[in-house]
Amino acid sequence: MFKLLLANLLEFNFFIFILTKGVKRMSSAKMKVLGKRELVFGEVNTKTNTVKIKDNKFNANEIQFDTPITGTVFGTLLNYKGALERLGDAVNNEPYNSPPIAPVLYIKPANTFNRYGAAIPMPIGITKLEIGAALGLVIGKKAVAVDEETALTYIAGYTIVNDVSVPHESVFRPAVQHHARDGFCPIGPWIIDRHEVDNPDDLIIRVFINDKLRQESSTSNLIRTVPRLLVDVTEFMTLSKGDVLLVGIPEEAPQAQVGDKIRIEITGIGSLENVILEETENNRRGTI
Amino acid sequence: MRRARIAYGGAIHEAIEWEGFLKLEDGRIVEEHNVSWLTPIEPRTVFALGLNYADHAAELAFSAPSEPLVFLKGPNTFIGHQAYTRRPANVTYMHYECELAVIIGKTARSVKREDAYKYVKGYSVANDYAIRDYLENYYRPNLRVKNRDTCTPFGPWIVDMKDIADPMNLKLTTHVNNQLVQEGTTADMIFDIPSIIEYLSSFMTLSENDVILTGTPKGSVDTVVGDVVVTEVEGIGRLVNTIIGDDSFTNG
Repeated sequence: MFKLLLANLLEFNFFIFILTKGVKRMSSAKMKVLGKRELVFGEVNTKTNTVKIKDNKFNANEIQFDTPITGTVFGTLLNYKGALERLGDAVNNEPYNSPPIAPVLYIKPANTFNRYGAAIPMPIGITKLEIGAALGLVIGKKAVAVDEETALTYIAGYTIVNDVSVPHESVFRPAVQHHARDGFCPIGPWIIDRHEVDNPDDLIIRVFINDKLRQESSTSNLIRTVPRLLVDVTEFMTLSKGDVLLVGIPEEAPQAQVGDKIRIEITGIGSLENVILEETENNRRGTI
Repeated sequence: MRRARIAYGGAIHEAIEWEGFLKLEDGRIVEEHNVSWLTPIEPRTVFALGLNYADHAAELAFSAPSEPLVFLKGPNTFIGHQAYTRRPANVTYMHYECELAVIIGKTARSVKREDAYKYVKGYSVANDYAIRDYLENYYRPNLRVKNRDTCTPFGPWIVDMKDIADPMNLKLTTHVNNQLVQEGTTADMIFDIPSIIEYLSSFMTLSENDVILTGTPKGSVDTVVGDVVVTEVEGIGRLVNTIIGDDSFTNG
């Protein structure tokens, strides 16, 4: 009887959820428009990819977005259960010798920052790039040794990050040469306000290459949940306003080549589109 | 010329060394002990080299790397001259690393080693502390070892590139409580400054105020709360740092 009630209740909730989802339309966001000095506020519909800025409605593709980030971008390695499982027994053998204890972090330096719609340069001599679909936590205030209960309040909002890398098997040494190439970190198109996202640990992430679905995962597969990750990182390292912490890359990240159109979608956040082109001086510098 | 960034009289100033004093850009001359030293530049991307001195590599039981072992550091870790570095209570081995810091002066991409110094703005000193208790073998040396708050003193000033005739022949020393504990020379680097600039700029664009910490020679010993650690590079500067404990931090 109780089970039945519960089932009915769940069903009812689900029904309401569907209803509200249909109605739920616009989310508050901040974005950087190319050529404008300050971030602008807008209302975005992440399903139709449309933006409302001061009563004017645009399709996202009509706006030239700039990277909405000015701080440091920190990536997290092996934070998806599947990504760690894929290493299997190797974690107990040379050179790793034991499974990771603390979050494994790396930095995406400023030369990697790239914007929505711009080209990702394929470095000379490289033919395949790994597409790292990551939820980015944009920090809203100085976060030092935060606790799990209040961790989410340090987040200003969420964005999408394409943590591009040159494919590499070994994770023993810092992979600067693989992660830190020019233009290897498209970010955007916008920052969705924290309050618009009910649960950052339950977001579907999809990667499309040339409009074909190539990867699907969910932040529910994280080893460290979003609050837990913030606790374990800020225990030794202060995150400042404007910094971005990537929650990780799902296992079996797809690879792409020159000419491929990449789209990363995260439910409730939006979609980030870029194309891979041969490296030129211009696209390295991000001028086109 | 030696240029510092300092806080004095409630404002941040650029200052130059002037006959043992500091001369602010507004003409005021102040005593060094009356200022708060900031990092000599606000670092953009910071590279650090691991195992770049053969003797230090041997000390850590590693053979010398065949290509530069590079890791990156974030802005949270940097502090200026005469500042304080935190040693967590429960660790057993925290050591200083005296390093020559190279500051990039302009955009650099695909630079050949013979042109490398044209892209250097100047030099400074860094103390790249490591807490070996936190070492793990994933992207080693991991950020928990190398990117902790307060764990990279940097300064006191930047010395102009043209003032240093040969940066590849400078003595490095570390003193803990006035006792010599580390001694080496930049002549023993495995990858010298031009090679490092050639290597990094071969795959990414370097920009003004990017910083390269060029590695440390052997001579690592544990340091404890209360230790005064002085890392010095001949002709560049003498960087003073004091180790403090968790009790100075209420969130500890």
